[in-house]
Amino acid sequence: MAETASVAERRRSFGARFWRAPGARWPALIILAVCLAALAGPALWHESATAQGNLVTMQNRPPSAAHPFGTDEASRDVFARVLLGARVSLSVAALSVLISITIGTLYGLVAGYAGGRVDSALMRLIDAMLSIPRVLLLLAVLALWYPVPVTGLILLLGLTGWFGVSRLVRAEVRVARNRDFISAARALGASHARIMLRHLLPNVLAPVIIAATLGVGNVIVLEAGLSYLGIGVQQPLPSWGSIFLDGSASMATAWWVALFPGLAIVITVLAFNVLGDSLRDLLDPRQVDRQGAPALERPRRKHGPRARA
Amino acid sequence: MRRLIASRLAQSLFVVLCVTTLSFWIVRLAPGQPFSYTSSTITPAIRAHWRAQYGYDRPVGEQFVRYVASVARGQFGYSWSLHEPVSQALRDSIPRTLLLAGTSLALSLLLGIAVGVYQARYPGSWADRSISAVLVFFFSLPDFWLAIMMLLAFGYWLPILPAGGYADPVMHEYMGGWAAAGDVAKHLVLPAVTLTLLTAAGIARFQRAAMLDVLPLEFVRTARAKGASEARVVWRHALRSALTPIITMLGLLFPLLIGGSLFVERVFAWPGMGLMAADAIGTRDYDLITATVIIGAVMVAVGNLIADVLQAAIDPRVRG
Repeated sequence: MAETASVAERRRSFGARFWRAPGARWPALIILAVCLAALAGPALWHESATAQGNLVTMQNRPPSAAHPFGTDEASRDVFARVLLGARVSLSVAALSVLISITIGTLYGLVAGYAGGRVDSALMRLIDAMLSIPRVLLLLAVLALWYPVPVTGLILLLGLTGWFGVSRLVRAEVRVARNRDFISAARALGASHARIMLRHLLPNVLAPVIIAATLGVGNVIVLEAGLSYLGIGVQQPLPSWGSIFLDGSASMATAWWVALFPGLAIVITVLAFNVLGDSLRDLLDPRQVDRQGAPALERPRRKHGPRARA
Repeated sequence: MRRLIASRLAQSLFVVLCVTTLSFWIVRLAPGQPFSYTSSTITPAIRAHWRAQYGYDRPVGEQFVRYVASVARGQFGYSWSLHEPVSQALRDSIPRTLLLAGTSLALSLLLGIAVGVYQARYPGSWADRSISAVLVFFFSLPDFWLAIMMLLAFGYWLPILPAGGYADPVMHEYMGGWAAAGDVAKHLVLPAVTLTLLTAAGIARFQRAAMLDVLPLEFVRTARAKGASEARVVWRHALRSALTPIITMLGLLFPLLIGGSLFVERVFAWPGMGLMAADAIGTRDYDLITATVIIGAVMVAVGNLIADVLQAAIDPRVRG
């Protein structure tokens, strides 16, 4: 693509570029739809997610007009449960990612800004925490402290999820702290806290936003897995993972109970991951343009696709 | 090199100490007290006697040191659901988890690197974009979901492979060496392929990015200019450089592999450490659960140690 085109592309507002990229537009629309369903769905849909129907006649009924996703073992409407499950799964993921992003960003800011021994000690700790299998750790806490309420689950997911973010932020801060505007701020007598929050934070926000987007998808999977093991969200409250658990035992005969929450997880997580990838392309200022320029001429990426944490 | 190994070893020990501390406090802060159940026949004196017997009357610091010391000796307590010491219970299951995780790691590295390099050779092409779409799909799949789908597909609808377990429950005893190994291999296929698909997607995405970073560098151009074939340039010259970030990424991959094997083992009833931990949830087998966390961290730490040494062997800059 011609140089002028990419310059014009770059000058476009972020919103316009976001909308023009199908890899950003479609997942954003899907996520919006899922969020709307989670917010309004349980109120609009006439069936209850927790009330049991007639246990003899309504147990494990296949999808029909009255129950588009069928009914489960306890004669509950699966569609209503998936709608309420969306609310539970999404809010657990969003809140815990908010916690981990906040802690991770602050930790990374402090480590990167402090530098020297403080930095290496703080990062050594992060290395240690990153090499503990998160699922096993959560399993131990949730199983031994059983039953953990949803707020506790959110807190635990948030407190075990910030290590990667802090590493990312720290790396960005290490680059930004030696730039002239930081020296200027220091020369003007700005306090350390002010430099970190007013001057450094805006410069590390792009990777944080990307990590948050990918993190939500990640935590949805993690929460679903824990709920599938029976130690996540507890009955009668549904999350996509716990509905899947209800249906997994009778999967060969009553496939609808497990299929629909499973699809909900896959579609939503896929949307978050694709959106995260697209945001990485859009927010990375060093990247010339999304599709036009041959990838061989792309500048070095700041961060490759991250591993699932 | 020796200094590097020593410092990495210290780091691994630090990780294991962190996990041991965590697991001590997880148990300690868990709701409920040991021997707190009430019964008319249990007097306070009996309860105090029991607590003293198990050392719960000692100061927390002393209990912690004793705990760390026993973990260091490989004693993780007694599993009341299996009626044997935890170390005994883990003796059989750890090799099975290592077999599953090791096979999957090898397969997913081969598959992931091959796919990533192929994509990087033709960036932006139709093949590259469709492979990327498939990869992000597999990358987004929940482990347990894919495992159940694989189980349904190849164990139920199209029953060509055993649906679960480690070996044939009846015939395995009567098989000779090779037949028995083949039996285990047959049972390994589904769980290993599932875990491979999950981890290979991440590796391929990473390898593609790493390769795209290396291909525009001067030494690649030099190799081309000297008349090396394109395949040789890519696979011998560029890949060697592009492998270093993958080895770094292994450090993040090991915890995922161990965590992922938990779900895969549970779905396919593969009797490894993960299945043991999942089963221990229902029985609230404290010692067994904390032991799996610690062993899981030890596995990751050893894996990281090997990866670090490997990286130092490949990349002279790391040796320092």
